[in-house]
Amino acid sequence: MKAAGSKMKKNLFPLLLLAGLALLPLVLESNYFLHLMILFLLWVVIGSSWNLLAGFTGQVSFGHAAFFGVGAYTAGLLFHHLQISPWWGMALGGVFAFLVGLPFGAICFPLRGAYFALASLALGEGIRHIATIAESFTGGMVGIMIMPTFVSKVPYYYITLFLASLSVLSIQLIMRSKPGYYFISIREDQDAAASLGVNTTLYKNVSLAISAFWTGMAGALYMNYMGFIDPHVVFSLHDYSVMAILVAIVGGVGTVYGPTVGAFIMVAFQELFRTGFFGLFAFLGKATGVAAVTALGDAVKKAHVLGFGILVIVVILYLPNGVVGDWEKIKRNVFRIHPAK
Amino acid sequence: MAFFRVEKLVKTFGGLTAVNGVSFDVEQGQIFGLIGPNGSGKTTLFNMISGVYTPTSGKVLYKDREIQGMKPHKICKLGIGRTFQVVKPLGRMTVRDNVIAASFSRVNSMGEARDNAMEILDFCGLTPVKATLAKSLPIAGRKRLEIARALATRPDLLLLDETAAGLNPTELLSAMNLIRRIRENGTTVIIIEHIMHVIMTISDRIHAINFGTTIAEGTPKEVAANQAVIEAYLGTDYA
Amino acid sequence: MDVFLQTLVAGFLKGGLYALIGIGMTLIMGVMGIINLAHGQLMMLAMYVTFVLNTMGVDPYVSLFVAMPLLFLLGVTIQKFLLNPLIRVETILPENQVLMTVGIGMVLTEIVRFAFKSDYKYVTTEYSNRTFSLGNISFSVPLTIAFGIALLFTLAMFWFLLKTDLGRSIRATAQDKDAATLMGVNTGRITVITFGIGSALVAAAGCLLAPVYYIFPDIGGPFTSKAFIITILGGLGSTVGAIFGGVTLGLAESMGATYFGMEYEDIVGLTIFILVLLFLPGGFKRLTKV
Repeated sequence: MKAAGSKMKKNLFPLLLLAGLALLPLVLESNYFLHLMILFLLWVVIGSSWNLLAGFTGQVSFGHAAFFGVGAYTAGLLFHHLQISPWWGMALGGVFAFLVGLPFGAICFPLRGAYFALASLALGEGIRHIATIAESFTGGMVGIMIMPTFVSKVPYYYITLFLASLSVLSIQLIMRSKPGYYFISIREDQDAAASLGVNTTLYKNVSLAISAFWTGMAGALYMNYMGFIDPHVVFSLHDYSVMAILVAIVGGVGTVYGPTVGAFIMVAFQELFRTGFFGLFAFLGKATGVAAVTALGDAVKKAHVLGFGILVIVVILYLPNGVVGDWEKIKRNVFRIHPAK
Repeated sequence: MAFFRVEKLVKTFGGLTAVNGVSFDVEQGQIFGLIGPNGSGKTTLFNMISGVYTPTSGKVLYKDREIQGMKPHKICKLGIGRTFQVVKPLGRMTVRDNVIAASFSRVNSMGEARDNAMEILDFCGLTPVKATLAKSLPIAGRKRLEIARALATRPDLLLLDETAAGLNPTELLSAMNLIRRIRENGTTVIIIEHIMHVIMTISDRIHAINFGTTIAEGTPKEVAANQAVIEAYLGTDYA
Repeated sequence: MDVFLQTLVAGFLKGGLYALIGIGMTLIMGVMGIINLAHGQLMMLAMYVTFVLNTMGVDPYVSLFVAMPLLFLLGVTIQKFLLNPLIRVETILPENQVLMTVGIGMVLTEIVRFAFKSDYKYVTTEYSNRTFSLGNISFSVPLTIAFGIALLFTLAMFWFLLKTDLGRSIRATAQDKDAATLMGVNTGRITVITFGIGSALVAAAGCLLAPVYYIFPDIGGPFTSKAFIITILGGLGSTVGAIFGGVTLGLAESMGATYFGMEYEDIVGLTIFILVLLFLPGGFKRLTKV
C-alpha cells in the first residue's frame, strides 16, 4: 500500500508540473520570462537526450552540438534553398540528426573504451568546420536568417513545452521497457549484457539514434524560434556539447528528471547573475548609496557563465550524482530531514 | 548426433597457445565437469563457446549447428547461458532488474519479463533480496545472481564458471543443490570447478585439461584415479 | 618546390610547439588515465600571464620563468583539491574527473573573460614579425626560437622521466597504478606532481606562442582539441607518440593551409584524427611500440 502510494506521488509531481507549465502563459505576460522558459524547455530536451545516451547507456558524448546544429541547419537550409516552411524542418531536423548519428555510431560503437567520447568531440568540431567552409550551401560564417512565424512568444512556448514533455515522456517510457533495461545493462557491464543476449552495438546505436533525434528537433526549433543561426552559434562545443553535459550533471546523470532540474538551475542561475540578482545589487547600491555594491552588481552581471561554471565544480565535488541523484543526501545534510526509522 | 560438441578447439594469443586442440561431447541432460589447474585454459574454452573469443581453429557444434565465432548475444539467443568466474553484476540495478534484463532475451513485454524474473528469483532463492542493489550483495549472493541471470535467458545449455569458489560449506551445499535442480529442469550443465569434492559428486562426466590439452576424460571415479590428472594437480613427486 | 619546403618548415616549427602541448597532455593521460579537457585553457592562462608581463615590459621568453611555476602551482592545486577527491566517490559515470576538467576549463575561460574582456590582445615584440632566410626558405624568428626551446624542454622531460627517481615513479604509476602503490610509490603525490608538470609544459607552449598569436579567452578550447588530437595520434599516454603526433599535426595543418586554403587548416587535423581512430586505433604508439 505504501509503495503504491509513493508511486502515485512520483507520477503525480511531473503531471502537476506540466499542468503548471501549461497554464503559465495565462498568468505570465512578460516576454522576458517566456523567453527564459523557452530556453529552459529547450535545455530540457537537449539535456535529457544527452542523458539517455550517456547517463543511461554509459556512452559519454562530447559532440551533441553536432546533432543540435544539424537539426537547426536542416530547418534553416530547407527554407533558405527550397522555401519550405522551417516547421517542416522540425520533423526533418530530428531525422537528419539521426542520419548523421547512424554512421557515426556504426564506426565508434564496436570500438571499446573512450573511443566514442573522443570521436564524438571530433564529430562536433568537424561538422562545425564543414558548415563554415561550405559557404555556398550553408552561408558560411554569415549564417542563415529566417523571419519568425509568430510575433508572440506564446506559440513558441507551447511548441517547446510540447517537445520537452514528449521527449521526457518518451525517455521515461523507454527506461521502463526492454530497451531501457538493455541500455542500463550496457552501462553497467558490457560483457555481462552481451552474455544475457543484449546486442550491445545495436542498442548503443538505438540509444544514440533517439538521443540524436530529439537533439536535432531541439535544434530545428531553435532555428524557428531565434530566426538566426551560424556555425559558431549552433555547433559550439562550449555552448552546446559541453553545456548539455553540465545540465545533466547538475541535475543528475542517469535519472529521468535530472536534466530537467539541471536545465532549470542552469537557466535560472545564469539569469540570476546576468540581471545582478534581478536588480537586487543595483537597488541596494542605490538605497545605501555605496558605490561598491553597485560595482559588485555589475561584476556579478558579467560573471554569469562563470557563476554556473563554479556551480558545476561544486556539484561534481559535493553532489557527484547531481541534485536529483543525491536528493537523499541533500535532504539529510541541507534540510536536516532524516528518514523515519 | 551429440547435443553439444567441441572439435579440436585451438586458441592462441600472440605466441601463447591457451587451448590446444581440445575435443569433447556433452549429452543432453548431463552435468559435465571441466577440471584443470589454474591457467590450464578452462575459462578460455568457455569464452570460445560463449562467443567472447573466436577460436583460432576448430569447431563448436550445438544442436548440429556450428556456432564458433558467433557474437555472444547470438549464442545466448541460441540457448547457451553462462556465468562469469569474476562475477559481473549489473551493479546499480536491483537484483530483480538484473534478472528482468536477462529475461528480455526471451520476451518483449515488461509483464512477461517480470513474471519470468520472479519465477527465476524464487527458484534460486533470491526473492528476499530482490530489491537490493546487485553491487551490495555479498559474494554468495552475487554468484547466485550470476546463475539466476543466466537461467532467465532460458538456456538449454548452461556454462557455470567456478560458481562455488569462495562459498562457505553451507552455501556450497545449497549451490550444489541448485545445480542439481537446474539439471532436473532439463538444462544441460557444463561446470568448471576447483573444489574437487563438489565437482566429483555433482558431475556425470569429467574432462580434465592441462596446458590447454586434454589429459583425461571419464566418470568422476576414472578421472580421480587417472595418473596424469594426479600429476597435474599434485606435481610429479606425489604421483 | 620552394612552396613545399616553406610549408614543411613552417609545419615542422609549429609541430615542435604542438609536441610540447601534447607531452603535457599525454603525461596526465598516462598517469591519471583521464583526458584533461582544460589543457588548452591552461595554455590560454599562460598566454595572458605573458601578455600582462609584456605590458610591464617583460620579454615573453623571460615570462616563461613566471608562467611555468605559476601554472605548475595551479595544476597542483587542481589535481589535489578538485580531481583527486573524485577518485573515492562512486558515480554513475566513471568519467567524472574528465567532466570536472570541462568545468575547470570553463571557469578558467570565464575568469579571464571577466578580467580582460573578450577582445583580442597581442604581445608585440620587436622580433614578432622578424624572419631570416636559408636559401629561399624563410624562417620566422620567434617560431624558430620557440622550436628550439620546445626541443630543449622535450629533451629535459625525457631525461627527467628516464633518469630521475621522480621520473621513474611517474612512469611506474602510468604503467600500473596499483603495482606502483604496492612498490611504495605515493601515487596520490605523483598524480599531483604530474598535473603540475603537464600544466607547466603547456604554459611554456603558451609563452612561446604568445608573440606570434593573438590572445583571447576562448583560445583555450581549440587548443584543447589540438592537444587531444595530438594525444590520440601519438597513442594515449605515449610521450614519444606525442612528439610524433605534434609534428604530424603541425605539418598537416600547414600543408592544408597551403594547398587547400587557410580555412582548411583545422579540418585537415580532424580528418587525420578520424582516419587514425578508424585505421590505427591506439595511434602511432602501435607502430613504434614506445
